[in-house]
Amino acid sequence: MASYAAVLIFLLLGIGLVLVTFFTARLIRPSNPYKEKNQTYECGERPFGDSWVQFNNRFYIFALLFVIFDVEVVFLFPWAVAFNQLGLFALIEMVIFIVILVFGLVYAWKKGVLKWV
Amino acid sequence: MEMVANFISDVSANPLFYLLAFVTIASALCVVTLKNIFHSALCLILTLFSVAGLYILLHAEFLAVAQVLIYVGAVSILLIFAIMLTSQLASRKIVQSNEQVTVAIFVCFLFLLVSIGSLFNTYWNGINAPLPDNNILTIGILLMTDYVLPFEVVSIVMLAALIGAIVLAREERS
Repeated sequence: MASYAAVLIFLLLGIGLVLVTFFTARLIRPSNPYKEKNQTYECGERPFGDSWVQFNNRFYIFALLFVIFDVEVVFLFPWAVAFNQLGLFALIEMVIFIVILVFGLVYAWKKGVLKWV
Repeated sequence: MEMVANFISDVSANPLFYLLAFVTIASALCVVTLKNIFHSALCLILTLFSVAGLYILLHAEFLAVAQVLIYVGAVSILLIFAIMLTSQLASRKIVQSNEQVTVAIFVCFLFLLVSIGSLFNTYWNGINAPLPDNNILTIGILLMTDYVLPFEVVSIVMLAALIGAIVLAREERS
């Protein structure tokens, strides 16, 4: 439990840093907004259109692939913690686990899902 | 019954519990009341994150890790992508409407009753046994020894999900 105190302190410091930065910035900055200044910054180019555009549907398949491999990471985590006590057999088990999932990745690759056409 | 009561008093003795419970409930209320659907999604991430904190209070560290990785990390990305892919997003006319608010409150109340009922009517096997010092280590060892078959089956289930997602996505394109 005590080890999570560090997580809590880190979290509070993180939130505090943002709040303090925004608050002091508001206190000391001059307020002089005009149209050009309020424009969205797009690498120095003149912005066109709304930034709230519909994203390309193709992003979604990447998100789905990410979710699958994220779940894999969840299983890798306790395996990595216990690895020193388990030895070679655990390594083989995890290799089987990952190889099965790599089949899916190879399938996606072969089907051209990963290619941005 | 007594065990459950002990457990509840254990958890509620921690002042952090009230902070986390407050953040969970407040952000969950924001999810259903905010007008902008994108802000609702962001509040949902906060809700899920503070639920992960509650899991840590309950000594379920692995569950907390899974919650942060899968729900806060992945499912929220799916949600936000789904919002960004909405075709009417540019019009900014998509506001949340809560026309079913009475029904929703009724259903939530029923769910609360069912949860409380099952909390007190379940035989919590093993709740009296002391927790191992390192939960995640124990889970890792069990996963690699006693539960190795379910563990490998999980990878096949995930492979099926992966291929299913690819097939569905390809059908939409062609």
